[in-house]
Amino acid sequence: MSRLILSNLTKRYGAITVVDGVDLALEEGEFVSLLGPSGCGKTTTLRMIAGFVPPDGGSIALDGKTISAPDSVLPPERRGMSMIFQSYAIWPNMTVEENVGFGLKLRNLPSAEIRTRTLEMLDTVQMAHLARRYPAELSGGQQQRVALARAIVIKPAVLLLDEPLSNLDANLREEMRFEIRRLHNAFRITTVYVTHDQAEAMATSDRIAVMNAGRVEQIDAPHLLYARPRTRFVAGFIGRTNLIEGTVANATFAADGFSLPASAMAGQALPPGPTLVSLRPQSIALHRDVPDAPNGHPVMQGTILERTYLGESWDYVVSPAESALRLRVAGPPLDVHDVGSAVWLALDPAQLAVVQ
Amino acid sequence: MASEQVITRAATARTGWGAKLRNVEPIMALWIALALALAFLVAFPLVKLMIASFETRDGAFTLNNYATAYGRARYLEALFNSLKLGALSATIATVIAVPMAWAVSRTDMPGKGFCWAMVMAAFVLPPYLGAIGWILLAGPNSGFLNILWRALTGAEDPLVNIYTFSGLATVIALHSFPLVFLFVKSALDLISSEMEDAANILGAGTIATMRRVTLPLAGPAILGGFIIVFLETIALFGTPAIIGIPARINVVTTQLWQFFEHPVRMEVAAAYAMPLLLITVAMIGAQKLLLARKGFVSQTGKGGERREIKLGAWRWVMFAWCGGVGLFAVFLPVMVLIQASFAKAWGRGLSLDNFTLRNYRLLLFEHDMALTSVWNTIWFSAAAATIALIIALLVAYMVVRKLSRFADALGFLAMAPFVIPGIIMAIGFYAAYASPPFAMYGTAALIILAFAARFLPIAYANANAAMRAVHPEMEEAVRILGGGRMTAIRFVTAPLVKRALLGGWLIVFIVATRELSAAVFLVGPRTRTMSVLLYDLSEAGNFEVLAAFGGILLVITMVFVAVGMKLAGRDFMLRRS
Ligand SMILES: Nc1ncnc2c1ncn2[C@@H]1O[C@H](COP(=O)(O)OP(=O)(O)OP(=O)(O)O)[C@@H](O)[C@H]1O
Ligand SMILES: [Mg+2]
Repeated sequence: MSRLILSNLTKRYGAITVVDGVDLALEEGEFVSLLGPSGCGKTTTLRMIAGFVPPDGGSIALDGKTISAPDSVLPPERRGMSMIFQSYAIWPNMTVEENVGFGLKLRNLPSAEIRTRTLEMLDTVQMAHLARRYPAELSGGQQQRVALARAIVIKPAVLLLDEPLSNLDANLREEMRFEIRRLHNAFRITTVYVTHDQAEAMATSDRIAVMNAGRVEQIDAPHLLYARPRTRFVAGFIGRTNLIEGTVANATFAADGFSLPASAMAGQALPPGPTLVSLRPQSIALHRDVPDAPNGHPVMQGTILERTYLGESWDYVVSPAESALRLRVAGPPLDVHDVGSAVWLALDPAQLAVVQ
Repeated sequence: MASEQVITRAATARTGWGAKLRNVEPIMALWIALALALAFLVAFPLVKLMIASFETRDGAFTLNNYATAYGRARYLEALFNSLKLGALSATIATVIAVPMAWAVSRTDMPGKGFCWAMVMAAFVLPPYLGAIGWILLAGPNSGFLNILWRALTGAEDPLVNIYTFSGLATVIALHSFPLVFLFVKSALDLISSEMEDAANILGAGTIATMRRVTLPLAGPAILGGFIIVFLETIALFGTPAIIGIPARINVVTTQLWQFFEHPVRMEVAAAYAMPLLLITVAMIGAQKLLLARKGFVSQTGKGGERREIKLGAWRWVMFAWCGGVGLFAVFLPVMVLIQASFAKAWGRGLSLDNFTLRNYRLLLFEHDMALTSVWNTIWFSAAAATIALIIALLVAYMVVRKLSRFADALGFLAMAPFVIPGIIMAIGFYAAYASPPFAMYGTAALIILAFAARFLPIAYANANAAMRAVHPEMEEAVRILGGGRMTAIRFVTAPLVKRALLGGWLIVFIVATRELSAAVFLVGPRTRTMSVLLYDLSEAGNFEVLAAFGGILLVITMVFVAVGMKLAGRDFMLRRS
């Protein structure tokens, strides 16, 4: 049975529905991210799970018991959860050790046990040597580690994180990303992680729920989200892509400039009629001469319109001949084509994703 | 863990009320308690004051009180005098303070620290002590300045006479100019040098730049300071009573006082107080609009680099100006007070055979009220500060944490006394609680509550700022880890706001120890405070004893200000006023 279940969860502020019928189920020990643009309702969803915000519709259940419903909300302090806040909320009037031990103290544990568990935990986050410091004397990254230790040491039923890395600089952010995943691998705490940074979500999560305007658009493992986006929003939000309109007729997908047999698109249902597909820049190969493409891989001739060097790859914009399409194509750094030069494109149909 | 409770919850959810009541935090109860407290402290006295102005002794409706209050030329003249006095004092205070604020904020004038200390001292000095000091300095016959003048020039006439309209206005301005200074300095601190450079490049010299650019930018702040001094002045009781009554200058506050002489005509006083109340409300409203106007100083604050303007030799002129203000506002009045307090007869000046400790001995060991009044002052003020701060803290907590949709109403009530002159507050308390069924006239409780109500806005502004500084996530972090709201307040919020609140408590305490106008209407024979006793002594005219008592009050104030500076930071009195 799933550990944490949100069913049809809804929250309105005035006339605006900021969380709109969210369904989400987390397995025991699973790490799920809520990913979406600013203002899409991630924080509100998380705070409903924590019990700080009462829902206007739907419910939240933990281990089969309803903990949030419109007419009855179990207060946060009785949920056995932990949360890491965007501001860290490290208490400046307590030392690092007191901060981390506070949750245990609230559980009335013997002080000897509190001490050992606190120090063990601080050791795990590599902060044991700073146990006696006050938060004002810590760097941002160190404060972040204290917040993590404080949340994990009580072995919470669910760990909630609200953009915990958004106040750190880029390098530290990357380091802490792996730290969070490492701690999750070590403790296997059921985790909901809110972020608007897709790289962060990809690196940490078992599954990602992409949110848009209060709704969950798609929940999938990170690589599936990238390879098989199911909606136009997800395709555009995760990575960069080419959205191509076409029609399906007679088991063939036909777009402006190329067509391919529906069977080539590995196992995706293609009902007849107008269809939208997403084609990643990485799934298009660039060649100087006519390529020797496998059977069923469409090949087109085109001209380079623009190019930008992104560091890890070239980002080309190619205009295929006999087509009004503008395709983004990724090329390796040494594969240099000048603007205006003629190229050949080869599409890998297996990497096409049908989106709504 | 929580599962059992969840089940009960779900089970009772269907019956409705049970579940709801249990899940509601006891916030509503707190809201009701606070609303009652504020109604008692703020709303009821005000409402009662208004009602009383339309009632006869027996409670029948009448307009006679208004007819009486505005029916005599003498009463109307007092009204105009108040307005004139307010305008004159505010003008003098502005003239004194604006150059000082400019010099401290923008220029390389030497001795800025000294200047600050002097402003602070003028601010802390109780106004009636300054008034007494100036009587000793500039009384027409035996004031020191006049004696010196006659000795130097052989003239017959006095150089200055404090018992005149302009004398009264100057003494008030010398005490209230720090308000203008604070307003204007904080505005000037926000103007970047680049704005002045822009004018310089276009060919304007330092003086022209100041006149055309700097001053207009600080305009709203100057006007704001002017208005505050104006309002302070028209509500001031001590100085007009000590200087104005002997000089036969009648103003609204002294006239209100006369309505309370036997037979007490409280209803007439209530009617007579209305213009003061309305003017204050209207002008504070106007000031808020003025300072809220966009496009002025507040917008330009960030980023702009600031440089000190080089004044050259003029910096000594500015320094002399500041020093002169310090001399007249603080140094001379305090010096003559101290001299008089150790003198057998103050007019005989500094000499060894004039020295005595008799005045202090009389007050400390023989006077039947002096020590009692010291004790009264300290414990009334401490109790009032505590009550005001507790209420302010709870209200601020509800408002800042948005615990109730109606929390803002409480915040409004807590700030309301800000627009009510202290003397009107006192008359309202008199109207509401002096007679049966409360019958609290002359009791310590009535004075304490009146003080608490009068200074509630100061306490609230402090508590609100302190609360805002604690991020709500600090408390939420406690709650999600398993602590209730009370646990969060005890272990996190309270320790974090402690220091700021201590500062707030001390400010309320210190201003309460010098409060005269609210006390003078409410004290009984045994509940007189130091300020009231000081006023009574001044009526008796024994200046040596009066000065000694002033010295005691000054020492007590200084001790508490020093404690405050130590505990809550150097500028704790000036931070928000
Ligand atoms: N207490 C509130 N009252 C009114 N509107 C609110 C309140 N809290 C949030 N909102 C609105 O709800 C919407 C969703 O807010 P939320 O904080 O959940 O967004 P978010 O996805 O966390 O965004 P971000 O990435 O910027 O943190 C926003 O439009 C916000 O303005
Ligand atoms: Mg958010």
